[in-house]
Amino acid sequence: MSERTNERGAFANAGSEPPGEDRTREPAKAADTPPRAGTPSRGRVLAPALARVTPGRRGWIAVAALLAVACYLPFQLVPFRVFQFTMVMVYAVALLGLNLLVGHAGQISLGHGAFFAVGAYTTAIMLDRWDLPHLATLPIAAAVAFALGLAFGLPAVRLRGLYLALVTLAIAIFLVPLLKRFESVTGGSMGLTLAKPAPPAWTGLAEDQWLYFLTLAVAVLAFLLAYGLLRSRVGRALHAVRDNEAAAEVMGVRLPFYKTLAFAWSAMFAGAAGCAYTWVIGFVSPDSFVVTLSITMLAGIVIGGLGSFSGPLLGGLFVMFVPSISQDVNDAAPGVIFGLLIIVVMYVAPTGLAGLAGRVTRSTKNILRKE
Amino acid sequence: MTGFLQQVIEGLGAGAIYASLALALVLIYQFTGIVNFAQGELAMFSTYIAWQFTAAGLPFWLALALALAVSFAGGMLIERVVIRPVEGAPELTVVIVTVGLFIFVNAAAGWIWTFLIKDFPNPFPGGALEAGGLSVGYSTLGVLAVVGVVMGLLYLLFQHTKIGLGMRAVAANPASARLVGIRVGWMLALGWGLAATVGAVSGTLVAPLLFLEPNMMGGVLIYAFAAATLGGFDSPGGAVAGGLIVGVAETLAGAYVGFIGSDLKVGVPLVIILFVLLLRPQGLFGRAVVERA
Repeated sequence: MSERTNERGAFANAGSEPPGEDRTREPAKAADTPPRAGTPSRGRVLAPALARVTPGRRGWIAVAALLAVACYLPFQLVPFRVFQFTMVMVYAVALLGLNLLVGHAGQISLGHGAFFAVGAYTTAIMLDRWDLPHLATLPIAAAVAFALGLAFGLPAVRLRGLYLALVTLAIAIFLVPLLKRFESVTGGSMGLTLAKPAPPAWTGLAEDQWLYFLTLAVAVLAFLLAYGLLRSRVGRALHAVRDNEAAAEVMGVRLPFYKTLAFAWSAMFAGAAGCAYTWVIGFVSPDSFVVTLSITMLAGIVIGGLGSFSGPLLGGLFVMFVPSISQDVNDAAPGVIFGLLIIVVMYVAPTGLAGLAGRVTRSTKNILRKE
Repeated sequence: MTGFLQQVIEGLGAGAIYASLALALVLIYQFTGIVNFAQGELAMFSTYIAWQFTAAGLPFWLALALALAVSFAGGMLIERVVIRPVEGAPELTVVIVTVGLFIFVNAAAGWIWTFLIKDFPNPFPGGALEAGGLSVGYSTLGVLAVVGVVMGLLYLLFQHTKIGLGMRAVAANPASARLVGIRVGWMLALGWGLAATVGAVSGTLVAPLLFLEPNMMGGVLIYAFAAATLGGFDSPGGAVAGGLIVGVAETLAGAYVGFIGSDLKVGVPLVIILFVLLLRPQGLFGRAVVERA
């Protein structure tokens, strides 16, 4: 790890020192309960993430290697596997948005799937009604989701913690009957079937490979955008809001503005992911976006790693492959694994798989150095 | 007019069920400051346990009593094992853990009892009480009566027993309660046990109406949330009142607002939650929380 990252890491921990007590339940209770000095404070749980906002040189090499592998993969795998990896990237983009909101801004959303659905349906309706070219649907779907996120972010700003969770959950539940109701536009329960983007002849790619590369481009774009966003003052403001709202406000961070913005950005990423989803699947129906999707997404990002850049990718891999592998055992097996892992991750590795990987690398390095 | 009153009665019947689950939510919130997203799933699991006992040939009321006892123990166990480690953690952590519990319990029920629908015996007779052109189903009356009895028992427990006094002390001020010798940890576990029991009652009331399956409580949970928000998350009486109001509002909206109809009724709790949180966040009967940074 480079020196610069270390400096940032140290600063991050110092900055988030006040434990999360002030954010818990009724403040009166919190004020009366003395902060338990002995137990590790969970307010800092997400703090190490800040250290990873700027990867060192080694981080960039890893990213380049990952990209190279990603470009090589579709030529080596059977179409079904290529499809699976395409879906991993779709989920990763959606989880990137959720990570922005939950991991970086510290707000809870149980309705992320709703914005994903908005992106998917916006794309589907544009393709179905106006025959727009596929690529043109991406910015529009993202913009629509952004605007809706902004609209829901405004009232959400007044809600803290669990109330926000409640409202977002209610939105996710309400969306399905709403989609079924406006049958003339959304195709009702039957859904809409659409043409997938056809690979241009000059590429010589098969359809699944072309879809893969389109999604890869969307994912790279999304990660670059999120990277830039988090490195800017927006990112620092979000982290300040997450770590200590009162302190952030005192330092001049406009809480309502940044919370709304976090909500809108996260919705935008979900919308873009939803758009890619429609391209890849070529079919949307209300039953693909039931509330389970939102909950699975939350599970994915928690297990993948809140507040880190590899978290969404690991979460995407997890959301895609764990169900398809464990479903052979029992229909309910994915749920059991997800549920157990969420709880266990919150106890022992609050930074998720990404944090765990980082910890393993560091401790191996220490061991090697000693020998 | 009769039609309208009939709808109100239907609404009260539905509302009583929401009220019972909301009551369970509020019980846990009062003691631990946690909104338990898994409450509905725990209720569903308890209902399956009751079903298992009846399937084994036990009479309904005995099976119910056994299921309630199991739920009580299970609730305490969950508090001890799952919730205790994140006590005092930020809301984000706690909510995520209860969501994890939600997914786990739901899937576990699916694993044990499969996702196929099961018939759950209705403890109340099928007919209806006819009076003045109105008909009130015996099962509606039964549901209302059961919720009333649960409320009464909880009132007696909290106001007239030493354990209830200790629990109220813990809810009011855990640190001071600990100083006067109340075992705070046990009281919190008791709160979870009680909530699980009340939730189990709600589950067994819902099951005959909806059919028993692992996702049964998903729809009820959001109404219970609306009820608890409306009544105030720290007021058990408010939760019951909120449940009845939500039930009536939902039924009337479904019957009289053409646009809403029966499919968009789910929007009613969303609207109620949003309006209450924006206009009166403490709910109708709740205490306003004063912020101290």
